[in-house]
Formats: sequence, structure tokens, C-alpha cells
Amino acid sequence: MGKIIKYILLDIIKNKIVIAYTIFLLAITLSVFSLEDNSQKGMLTLLNLVLFIVPLVSIIFSTIYIYNSSEYIELLISQPIQRKSIWLSIFVGLSSALTLAFLLGVGLPLLLFEQSAVSFMMTAMGVFISIIFVVLAMLASVTTRDKAKGIGITILLWIYFSLLFDGLILFLLFQFADYPLEKPMVGVSMLNPLDLGRILILLKMDISALMGYTGAIFKDFFGTKTGMALSVTVMFLWVLLPLLYSLRKFKHKDL
Amino acid sequence: MIEVTNITKKFGKLQVLKGISAKCEAAQCIALIGPNGCGKTTLIKNILGMVVPDSGTITVLGTDISRGWKYRSAIGYMPQIGKYPENMKIGQVIEMLMDIRRMEQKTDEDLINAFALPQLYHKRMGTLSGGTMQKVSAAIAFLFKPQILILDEPTAGLDPVASEILKEKIITEKENGKLFIITSHILSELDELVSRVIYMHDGNILFNNTIEALKADTGETKLSRAIAHFMSKN
Repeated sequence: MGKIIKYILLDIIKNKIVIAYTIFLLAITLSVFSLEDNSQKGMLTLLNLVLFIVPLVSIIFSTIYIYNSSEYIELLISQPIQRKSIWLSIFVGLSSALTLAFLLGVGLPLLLFEQSAVSFMMTAMGVFISIIFVVLAMLASVTTRDKAKGIGITILLWIYFSLLFDGLILFLLFQFADYPLEKPMVGVSMLNPLDLGRILILLKMDISALMGYTGAIFKDFFGTKTGMALSVTVMFLWVLLPLLYSLRKFKHKDL
Repeated sequence: MIEVTNITKKFGKLQVLKGISAKCEAAQCIALIGPNGCGKTTLIKNILGMVVPDSGTITVLGTDISRGWKYRSAIGYMPQIGKYPENMKIGQVIEMLMDIRRMEQKTDEDLINAFALPQLYHKRMGTLSGGTMQKVSAAIAFLFKPQILILDEPTAGLDPVASEILKEKIITEKENGKLFIITSHILSELDELVSRVIYMHDGNILFNNTIEALKADTGETKLSRAIAHFMSKN
């Protein structure tokens, strides 16, 4: 398995897109910090970067990469190699490349400019989000053979998680405005890793007061150790469950 | 060496294999023939574990293939259309396979040298002609000295010199006690190689016997004529 990971990583690095992505992240992070004198504002800009660009690049790059390596997968499958180790190698290769890009592009400058709980939380969430969207891409590409359809599905997934989900929640909140929905909202936020990430980062920023009563409830829940442990567990589940499901599908896939 | 029992496979609504059973022993050279789309490649891919059958069992060297993957080290496979990572060079592909399967020390590089592949090692897979790709596939199939060799349309696209080299190799290895399964539409070529014929039609095996029996049955002396006779009868 180690050797396959090595070949996949070499292939990704040769591809140069991940290097360009790293430089892009680094340029944005550096310019945000050098333009703003108030680092809080800079952090808010970075938050949007982490919540929009990172998942988009992760999911699209991974999907296209997996479709393009179909020949490589086919070559390996006729060799005495377990299907499981091929699929997990792809997972490790893609997620470590994208995580590394994020750590170099955002994590490292954050560490240099502003060592705070917010920076730490943002780096952690960025890593989680990178990996989760790699896994979602793997799930989408194992479901359909058609490349255009697969990429379409991943774009829809991204739109759903970063835009539609919030719209749906707002709609629900307005429809059921007469009921106390603050507590169920904590549960609902777990259904979207991007929302969960956003809440966890915002709570560290001390602007949760702007979120009103819901913000207070969130602070009450996510501020505690149990709440934090639970949200980290949920993030792990977001990686693990789609990964295991895609692995199951890959084991029975006809090539 | 290979035993296939009641294999069925559906692709969507299309029933490709309708309960195939067959047994292949060592030191045989089996021709798997039949019209286009009769399920030959699907059957081969089932044996290789690239396609998972809907029902039925396949055992290779005594182990059920649904429970293992190590059996694949005993099989060399030459696909009909070789698919390789386009931006890798020939040398890199061969080196990578040798690296991944390093525990198997002894390699057979006869075909690599006979096809003069080392001179082409710097060429990218994406730029290769169909024939060169076939040469690479053949060399890889024989590389790890497998006991079973499955060749899907081996000589299609090869020039006469290369296909003669490949045939020589098949004959020597057959005498070493290896099992060959070859699919081809060029029956005249199979005549000198095969000892047994499996004829498939529409997802079923219509005929599975030695070449002598086929010739005796039909009263023909050439495989191509015997098959033509057999096909017109059915």
C-alpha cells in the first residue's frame, strides 16, 4: 500500500495543480494580513476562503483526478493487490496532498501572523473540510462511470453544502418561527460539515454575540468540552462514513 | 487450475453470461472463441476479479477468488485494449510494477528484450501506437512468470515479426506446463497453438472439447473450417 501511495503522490505533485493551489492560498492569506491592519477582519475574509474555495478545489480536483486515473486503477486491479488498498491509497494520496497544500498555504502563515485559538481552529477545520470533500468526491466518482455526470454531482454537492443548506435552514426557521428551534439547530448544524466548521470558528472569534439568542445557545453547547468532543467526533464521522460506503461500492464495482 | 461454476452476470438489463461452467487444467492451451459480444471478455474479467459475478463461484488454484486476491499473482493478463496511465513512460510502468511486486524476485524479461522495448522506455504511454501498446501488454503479462496466462486478442495489432515472437513464446511456455487461455478471431493462427476449444455464444458455452474431437466431429482438418461448420450447424 505504501508504494501505491508513493506513486499517487508523485503523480499528484507532477500534476502541478496542487502546487498552484498552494501558491494561490498562500498569496491570499499573505495579502489579507498585509492589507488589513485589524487581524479580526482578516480572519473573517479567510473564513470565507476556507468555507468556499477549499471545499470546491478539494472536491473538483479529487473527482477529476479519480476519473483520470481509471486506467491506473485498472492496471493495478489486474495485479495481486487488494481492491481495498488501492482505494485507501487513493484516499491517503489525495487527502494528504490537499491537506499539505492547505497547511502550507493557510496554516503556516496563520501560525506566523497570529497565534490564537481562532487560528488553530481555522487550521483544524480547513484540514477536516479538505479531507471530507476528498471523500465526497470519491463517493461521487464511484457511483457513476460517466465523468461529466460525476463532476456534475460533485458541483451539486458543493452548492448544496455551501449555499443551499443554509437557505433551507433559513426557510425552516421562518416557517417554524413560533417554535423554540434554537436547540434543534445545534443538531441540524451537524448535518453540514461546513456549517459546523463555521460555527466552531466563529465562536472562537468572540463575535458570537452578533448571532443573537441562537449564538448564545451555540456558545453554551459548543463552548463546553463535551460539545467540542462531540463536534470533532461528528467531523470524523463525516470522513469515515462516506469513505467506508465508497469503499464498499468500489469493492463490487465492475471495471 | 481454474474452475468456473454457474457464473451469471448482468450489465443493466443485458444478461451477458447465462450460467457458465468450465474447468481448465495445467499445460493446456485453450481457445476461447465466439462472435462479438458473446461474453468472452466478461468471462475473463470475472476470472481476474475485475468484474464481480452476480452468482456462481470461480476457483483459481483451489481458492475461491471472492475470498482472496493473492491468486492474481499466478495470472498474467494481456488485455484486448491495454489501458495505461497516459503520462507515464513505458519504463516507468514496468519499473512501477516490478517495484510493487518486489517480493517475486525472478522475472522473465524475454519478451521485453525480444520486442526491443528498452529502446522505447522513454516514450509516454499516451503517445504509443496500438501495436507498441500490445507489445507492452504482452511483456507485462509474461513478466512475473505466472502459471496461468490469459491473453485477450493477443496478436491483433501486432506486426508479423512481433506476433511470431509472441507465438514462439506461447509454445515454449506451454511446454513448461502453463495454462493458456487465448481469445482470438484469427482462427488460422490458433490452429498451431491450441489444444482445446471453448466456443461461446450469447452468454452460453456451446462447445468445450479438445481440438481433435472438434475436428473429428465435423470431419474437417482446419480449425477455421471446423468452427465454420459447427456454427452453421447451430
